[in-house]
Amino acid sequence: MSKSNLTRRGLLKTSAIAGGGLMLPTYLRAAAHAGFTNAPQGDTVTLGFNVPQTGPYADEGSDELLAQQLAVEHLNGEGDGGCLNTFTSKALKGNGILGKKVTFVTGDTQTKSDAARASAKSMIEKDGAIMINGGSSSGVAVAVQGLCQEAGVIFMAGLTHANDTTGKDKKANGFRHFFNAYMSGAALAPVLANEMGTDRRAYHLTADYNWGWTQEESIVASTEALGWETVNTVKTPLASTDFSSYITPVLNSGADVLVLNHYGGNMVNSLSNAIQFDLLNKQVNGKDFKIVVPLYSELMAAGAGENIKGVLGSMNYNWQLENEGSKQFVKSFGEKYGKPPSNSAQTCYAQVLLYADACERAGTFNPCGVVEALEGFEFDGLGNGKTLYRAEDHQCFKDVLVVRGAQNPTSAYDTLEIVEITPVEQVTYAPNHPMFGGDEATLGECNPGA
Amino acid sequence: MLGLTKKDFNLLLIVVALALLAPFILNPFPSSSGMAQFNAGYPDLMQKFVIFGIFAIGFNILFGLTGYLSFGHAAFLGVGSYSCVWMFKLLGYNVLPGILLSVLTSGIFAYLIGIVSLRRSGIYFSILTLAFAQMSFALAYSVLSNPKFNLTNGETGLQVYADDPQIFHSASAPDLPHLFGLSMRATEKLQIGGWEFQFNAGYYLCAIIMIVMFYLSIRIFRSPFGMMLRAIKSNNTRMNYTGLNARPYTLAAFVISGMYAGLAGGLLSAMDPLAGAERMQWTASGEVVLMTILGGAGTLIGPVLGSGLIKYFENIFSKINSTVLHNWFSFLPDGLEDLMVTLIYPFVGKGWHLTLGVMFMLIVIFLPGGLVEGGQRIKRLFTRKKASDTAEDETAKSTTPAE
Amino acid sequence: MDAIILQTLNGLDKGSAYALIALGLTLIFGTLGVVNFAHGALFMIGAFCAVFLQRILSLSTITIDETQKDFLGNPLKVETPYVHNWFGPETGSLIIDWSVPLAIFFAIPVMIAVGFIMERGLIKHFYKRPHADQILVTFGLAIVLQEIIKYFYGANPIPTPAPDALKGAADFGALFGFDPNVIIYPYWRLIYFCFAALIIGAVFAFLQFTTFGMVVRAGMADRETVGLLGIDIDKRFTIMFGIAAAVAGLAGVMYTPINPPNYHMGMDFLVLSFVVVVVGGMGSLPGAVAAGFLLGILESFASTTWATTTIPGINQIIIYLVAIIILLTRPRGLMGKKGVMED
Repeated sequence: MSKSNLTRRGLLKTSAIAGGGLMLPTYLRAAAHAGFTNAPQGDTVTLGFNVPQTGPYADEGSDELLAQQLAVEHLNGEGDGGCLNTFTSKALKGNGILGKKVTFVTGDTQTKSDAARASAKSMIEKDGAIMINGGSSSGVAVAVQGLCQEAGVIFMAGLTHANDTTGKDKKANGFRHFFNAYMSGAALAPVLANEMGTDRRAYHLTADYNWGWTQEESIVASTEALGWETVNTVKTPLASTDFSSYITPVLNSGADVLVLNHYGGNMVNSLSNAIQFDLLNKQVNGKDFKIVVPLYSELMAAGAGENIKGVLGSMNYNWQLENEGSKQFVKSFGEKYGKPPSNSAQTCYAQVLLYADACERAGTFNPCGVVEALEGFEFDGLGNGKTLYRAEDHQCFKDVLVVRGAQNPTSAYDTLEIVEITPVEQVTYAPNHPMFGGDEATLGECNPGA
Repeated sequence: MLGLTKKDFNLLLIVVALALLAPFILNPFPSSSGMAQFNAGYPDLMQKFVIFGIFAIGFNILFGLTGYLSFGHAAFLGVGSYSCVWMFKLLGYNVLPGILLSVLTSGIFAYLIGIVSLRRSGIYFSILTLAFAQMSFALAYSVLSNPKFNLTNGETGLQVYADDPQIFHSASAPDLPHLFGLSMRATEKLQIGGWEFQFNAGYYLCAIIMIVMFYLSIRIFRSPFGMMLRAIKSNNTRMNYTGLNARPYTLAAFVISGMYAGLAGGLLSAMDPLAGAERMQWTASGEVVLMTILGGAGTLIGPVLGSGLIKYFENIFSKINSTVLHNWFSFLPDGLEDLMVTLIYPFVGKGWHLTLGVMFMLIVIFLPGGLVEGGQRIKRLFTRKKASDTAEDETAKSTTPAE
Repeated sequence: MDAIILQTLNGLDKGSAYALIALGLTLIFGTLGVVNFAHGALFMIGAFCAVFLQRILSLSTITIDETQKDFLGNPLKVETPYVHNWFGPETGSLIIDWSVPLAIFFAIPVMIAVGFIMERGLIKHFYKRPHADQILVTFGLAIVLQEIIKYFYGANPIPTPAPDALKGAADFGALFGFDPNVIIYPYWRLIYFCFAALIIGAVFAFLQFTTFGMVVRAGMADRETVGLLGIDIDKRFTIMFGIAAAVAGLAGVMYTPINPPNYHMGMDFLVLSFVVVVVGGMGSLPGAVAAGFLLGILESFASTTWATTTIPGINQIIIYLVAIIILLTRPRGLMGKKGVMED
């Protein structure tokens, strides 16, 4: 790559600065400069992209990273500008953020809260990152969000779907662009009623950890509101690879819908196993047996292959969306990387732009200014249609997609088809909803750090 | 001095110097240079170095001396972490009660697992400890975090919430772990020229504890108790025939090393008040085994070196991305630059595991005694003349790695 | 009743995978005395033999179809596999469809070669080294193999379905007089079980009834004496390593239609297979097989609602709990020999 930051000129410049610095040893206290953590020095600002690079979610992480790099390019005025052209806020000029060139550092969350925090800390303590973005699980998101709150930097949560991220564990310095389990339930319910009727008996298999539970709770609540009956809810260990012993009890349970509250490898395996037992060709209670996967991703669809045909689920974003922002983003991403973006890629891309835009509008990098600029911010043109960042819980509200595994995909990229775009009104809830920590959960105060 | 031989005392002095001067030693490159990527002198990583150092020193007391290979030591680390965070939740953010409780609970936990597991030896012992640790992990991850009885907070990790009692928490104390008001996050920065050195309160607390623990481990190694443990390793059957019951000694070693692990876990929480269940997973137990063997099992300093090396790779190599590589090689012509990046890229960033794997293999193939043996070989190169009289001493010290 | 039969079948099926991996692991323990942490990686490589063959068979020519558009609005590139051009679309599709069973023939030589290279190139030098060193080097090797696969195939699972003819489930219960559609079981899982039984039988027969097997068994019992008798036991051990690798690899190939393979599937099985081997008893082949099936069946029954409501979380810990109980009541596992890996 010939576009590099360290040109010969830059090298001379840095050595000159270093030389100058050597002559004047200074002793500085951390708090002495700007009133907030990692106030950008010089003419660059550093963002931290913390994504899984090893472990089962590595491919999702690398997709996020591609999108984040694209966003940085667009912010710096390189490439085709992407969604800066369609974004309704026009504060961004393509000259970096507040005139400072955007640089970034990357780290590996390993999809473990400890490792993710270590990596985020190294970005904050060593590289001077002022915002952390990315991730592919709710456990990691909550852990890193807590860290960013303590350290006084902004956290833009990547893929995190559990209610807790903007519920029980919400933090003033953290924002979520992804939708959540409650929204999945609320969006899916009308479609399920439409396609399967209101007289169904559901059997839940749920990954036995926090995200799985909140999703099961949400789906059970919204399907029971339809009139469905919940036959059984079974927790499966996270480490399970073979789900046959959880699938066979479904066969003769009298249930006619199987809901798989699984994600990633768990979902790929449980769905594949369910298909092996020929569940979709079964007739129960005089109805065709159906499978629902409330949370889909493109990578899961790819992993499960043909097994997803006809299976319903929900998504945060899909590249087949026809709005201007989406078309622009798919074009920029597709031309650069030769494939359409995944929904986690779009999430991270939108978040980097949103953060930059908030800094511009606030006129400062101070996290408290950024928080103020993002709270209650309404916009369009980043791919999801009209979107609101709610001030009360920092959850983003936008239309939710209900998708289905396509019967006859033409390529590897259209394996999922959009069934319905559920309007935002249908998935909105009160900030003190009991599934979101009720009245006790608070954002706390924004923390600018040092 | 301090009841140590001259040689051991020198080793202790080296460890003290390394630990106290770490902010300088680990930051050899100016922060604006491309090589700054390799700097490790920031609070979090320095803390990890010494904390995992403590973990490995403790593990070595069991494995290096008795030869009992525990594959479940991460359970004690996890128990320590949880205890410490619970103290934060109940009492307040002062780290002292948390650390003390973590040592205590992990000691009890180690005792219970120890009396059962030590009924078997060899690989049967390893699998028993593994089984206990995996059970702890699975339960902590799911069952023990159900809403009715939330002991561990599962996947998210145990953390302090605003509505926790924290009965000793006063308004003047920081809202983060602190030692009588001194926040563990407090960092003094010293800028000299292009260099920036960070002195972190939490790090120095950990470093001092590590030095004390290291001293303790030397004393254990050189004590009659340590001799007894070695005897168990070299020939357990003969020990039995001489009428000595080895079990109490191995159990004591097991509990001591479990307490070291608990201390390390407590310190992890004290530095960063969140305890995740994956700290108990078998991969974490495996990691400390690898640290110890990599550094040199049965040697005093080896485990510390091994843990440092693994944590360094995890935190430094994983952060090198293609942009960084392009910056490094930007002085080369474009074609050559791309070639270099293509060649190196698989080994860094998302490929850091590969480098780690290759390094494991190279070290164990070429340095059977671990990093310590590497150090000795280098030393021997320089002091070839004296080789004959030191060689004997060296072999005695390096000891054969355990089975 | 139907639930019990179904869970038994599940258990036998899970047990087949455990038993096959544990069998290979024990062969290596027993003959060579090496703790092979790379055995899970061999299982994974076997699975990726199937993926590789599927990819090779699907190698395609690219033609541009102006009538269809891709996601950027450019003309769609249509891929036609070479085998379609060579054998016609129908036979071509059939060949690709059958890529997993075909991969068996591909995997055997590959895995034996991998085993030979591993043994001659690396493991051989570690016979005399402490077990700790063996663990470190084989664990390093496992990581390296894993990362190589990840580099080429990514981290996401790759669907490798069973042939269409073998998809779906058999009405297993109807054969034994149950009501139709009560006990159905997937064809491929039944095949997996039979295949595992076949392989296990073949390995035992090979060791029991051939001269080669006799020498190897003698070597397992007393390596030095066999060497003194002028028999080149080393060469036979190399072959045994190749066989062990092939057993693990075949277990992997056949496993791919059950769960789509990914690069870390070996690590998922590694710890479990060690538990199986030790519960079976070190150095005992029948023990390893028995323990594999036993733990598979117990795991299946522990995951029933009845079990998890009686003891919450039992499905998470059953394997380890059983391991602890067995090791405490039977010092050397189910059928372990005295003195193997006890110090």
